[in-house]
Amino acid sequence: MEISAKSADRNLLLEFSGELDHHGARDALREVEMAVDAALPKKLVLDLSGVTFMDSSGIALILRAQQRMQLLDGSLLVCNVPAQAKRVLDAAGIGRLVTIR
Amino acid sequence: MKTKASNEVTMEFPSRSSNEGFARSAVACFAAQLDPTLNELEDIKTAVSEAVTNAIVHAYPDAIGKVLVKVRICPGNVLELTVKDRGRGIPDVDRARQPMFTTGGEERSGMGFTIMESFMDKLTVRSVPGKGTTVVMKKRLAPRMKAGK
Repeated sequence: MEISAKSADRNLLLEFSGELDHHGARDALREVEMAVDAALPKKLVLDLSGVTFMDSSGIALILRAQQRMQLLDGSLLVCNVPAQAKRVLDAAGIGRLVTIR
Repeated sequence: MKTKASNEVTMEFPSRSSNEGFARSAVACFAAQLDPTLNELEDIKTAVSEAVTNAIVHAYPDAIGKVLVKVRICPGNVLELTVKDRGRGIPDVDRARQPMFTTGGEERSGMGFTIMESFMDKLTVRSVPGKGTTVVMKKRLAPRMKAGK
């Protein structure tokens, strides 16, 4: 799992690539938290276009990012979700809790 | 009664998180002989990942134990997956299967069983506290026309 960060005007874009499973989730979670704490964004965008596999570990990461942004009074957007990851999010009903585009 | 399998494979590995990727890829390789669609293959990989992760995180929280994965090809194009551990067991299986229920801390979502149920046709969980947990999942794959036949 690799995460690249781009930040401008208090918008933080995090681009994920690789497999987002339990094995990679702990480091990914830490990286997301560190990037958010450093940028203190108003808007956080998680771009999942490079995710080749995702299981419920990805749901935990997205919900954690959402909580972090709520503490900052900011917003979260999850975008470019590949088909397999989308089915995982849909099965868990995450679209009701998080903005997915 | 146990249905007869036309082919099967069993693998056993230590409960290290680096084996999650191995387990789902190995199962997908074996399942390929049923000529699954890409969606079916992804569903199977996701279900394996959830079950194996549960064994790694919950069955052996403070130690490394053995995780057994068995894949059987049963009549009617049915794939049967068994993930078994000899870990600490689940005291209340019904509660563990509830969406969002987790004892796994902030990096777990509590959606593992929900996803297994959603991606497979049938899910059975047997657990004895102190003895271990066995998860059996079945999925019938859509029969496909073989080219040239």
